[in-house]
Amino acid sequence: MAMVESILKKYHSSKRDQLIPILQAIQEAQGFLSRESIIRVGEFLNLPVSKIYGVATFYNQFRFKAIGKYHVMICRGTACHVKGSKSILELLEENLQIKAGDTSRDGLFSIEVVACIGACGLAPVISINGEFHGHLTKEKLITLLDECRKNK
Amino acid sequence: MPTTIKISVNGKEYNVRPGVTILEAIRDMGISVPTLCHLKNLSPTGACRLCVVEIDGVAGLVPSCSYPVSEGMVIKTHSPRTMVARKTIVELLLASHPNDCLYCERSRNCELSKLASEFGVTAQHFPVVSHGHHKDISSPSINRDPEKCILCGKCVRVCEEVQSVSALDFVSRGHKAQVAPAFNEGLNVSSCINCGQCVMVCPTGALTEKSNLKEVLAALSDKKKHTIIQYAPSISVTLAEEFGLKAGQDVVGKMAAAFRKIGFKTIFDTSFSADLTIMEEGSEFIHRLQNGGNFPMFTSCSPGWVKFVEEFYPEYIDHLSTCKSPQQMLGAISKHYWAKKNGVDPKDVFMVSIMPCTAKKFEAKRPENFVDGIPDIDVVLTTRETAKLLKFYGVDLSQLDPETADLPFGNYSTAGKLFAATGGVMEAALRSVHFLLTGKEIEDLKLQTVRGLDGIKTATLKINDIEVNIAVASGLGNARKIMDDIKHKRKNYHFVEIMSCPGGCINGGGQPYSSLTSTHEKNVRARMQALYNIDQMGSVRQSHKNQAVIDLYDDFLKRPLSDVSHHLLHTHYHARKVVK
Repeated sequence: MAMVESILKKYHSSKRDQLIPILQAIQEAQGFLSRESIIRVGEFLNLPVSKIYGVATFYNQFRFKAIGKYHVMICRGTACHVKGSKSILELLEENLQIKAGDTSRDGLFSIEVVACIGACGLAPVISINGEFHGHLTKEKLITLLDECRKNK
Repeated sequence: MPTTIKISVNGKEYNVRPGVTILEAIRDMGISVPTLCHLKNLSPTGACRLCVVEIDGVAGLVPSCSYPVSEGMVIKTHSPRTMVARKTIVELLLASHPNDCLYCERSRNCELSKLASEFGVTAQHFPVVSHGHHKDISSPSINRDPEKCILCGKCVRVCEEVQSVSALDFVSRGHKAQVAPAFNEGLNVSSCINCGQCVMVCPTGALTEKSNLKEVLAALSDKKKHTIIQYAPSISVTLAEEFGLKAGQDVVGKMAAAFRKIGFKTIFDTSFSADLTIMEEGSEFIHRLQNGGNFPMFTSCSPGWVKFVEEFYPEYIDHLSTCKSPQQMLGAISKHYWAKKNGVDPKDVFMVSIMPCTAKKFEAKRPENFVDGIPDIDVVLTTRETAKLLKFYGVDLSQLDPETADLPFGNYSTAGKLFAATGGVMEAALRSVHFLLTGKEIEDLKLQTVRGLDGIKTATLKINDIEVNIAVASGLGNARKIMDDIKHKRKNYHFVEIMSCPGGCINGGGQPYSSLTSTHEKNVRARMQALYNIDQMGSVRQSHKNQAVIDLYDDFLKRPLSDVSHHLLHTHYHARKVVK
């Protein structure tokens, strides 16, 4: 929370129009928006917490749980969609037993859906902690996830 | 700016005020277009799109609720294109709405179902898709079923703009969107003050009161229980509407007859304990005046307001009157005095209270409102639930001959009756405070300055040589304005009356749904006028003249603020940490 305070210091005379930049700064520093930090921003901007949570959940960019040790970003852009990214996502969710946007209970995995990773030539593509894995098949995906589990 | 501008609606020319929305303009002309999201005096959102109209020269259909009129505008309100659009919107809303209308709380008065019927939607054109949202039954007052929500946002606006609580807002986006408290948690841990104004504006069954009818039915058929019923001052001027009678009709006698008929053993009137509250609260005010207590003193009969102070202004908790509300006082007195006197074990008494209010359900469950482990009140029913209870037993209110409530606590002064409307507690209190301070009755019993539906009313009165500054507010948004004036030392009040709902209990969250009709405001006015008429005609118009109150003090309580009074009739409050 000290980190949240130091961010808020930079926005000391801010009004409600600075809400999104503040949330972005907190997420950047903390990796996600914690319950406490949202409540604190509410006090700081004199806005109801329900409103801040409403704004934050409106945008895909905000997360409400810490990301896992392995953060899986799956591309659901047009090229990947044509190449079957939907079934890749379904398999991912089934294998990790979490929904997109969530983090597994053991904190090992998290899933984030992105609109386009910008690597359409590799479709369907995912990235795990920033490392790209293209031309994905179901078998390849399961091997990748098992490797992550081994290296935990 | 010109004072009027010309527009054409459905081929006819009209002069309208500039700056109004199309919807306001056409409503004045007597033209009605449907809407599910519009709320008079609150910000328009254009969420439901049902009010769309066609304007010459504008490509798309335009939501009339959020589009201002302009000179020379040519409008068609019921063109074939608008009619098809409206019907399609209703069909699409139905496609993401559960099909359990037969079992829905709002089956008789759902606005969505009413529109579907008016537009002749008789077949399902789109498959129904469930969102998989969970019900929230965590609150003691209000149930939330997001599956039935059509995202009109009325509850969000009422909670924010009228009550300044903002317990609810939109969460997520697109087909995942729902209306929920912060972090999608239960209403019970949110800043919700249980007032039920959201329930009053909800067009469907997404927000409803928590029903406690089952407990009452069980108690009525339990021979071991001594059932006592009490009804709030406002009920007699609102219950009639649930039986198709005119708003503002006083059915106090029929009500007593009805409750006796369905098996309640004893019938008391909360207006009695409103008188008792005045004696205690008035004495507390005088005690503070003479001994330098906290000012301003706030009334404490409205449980939504009390929770509001505990959440948003905890530094002013000591300013709230320590008096329990009339509901709780009558419960405590019935169980710990009347029952013992009449040979009934207080544990066998089952006290049902009929309230215009959903927050009263919360109040009855506050641990502070138990005496020696016994709850003052066992179950609270709203006016709406009460109508259901009577219909369940086949009672038609209009067919009954009036009877009277039981003595001694069926006895009330019309000052107690005034508690039902904003300003009423103040008016009743001042009548008695004047007497208690000066030994003389106030010259004009009718205190016009605190009457009427204005959100904030202030006045300065002279009692003896003391100038008393008073303020009366209804709707917590108005209460917040008063609180901020006090906090920033802009105003100096001695006595402040707050009722959570706009207009007071006559417009409480448990009252008959009339948001479906355009006569809601008129109904509230009629209810208020009925109270003033009752007071005008009353033979006993001051709480301190209520013989039952006098007898109770003589026989049991001894005097206001006595030890017994403190044990049974007073309470305390505590700061609440909620997500706000």
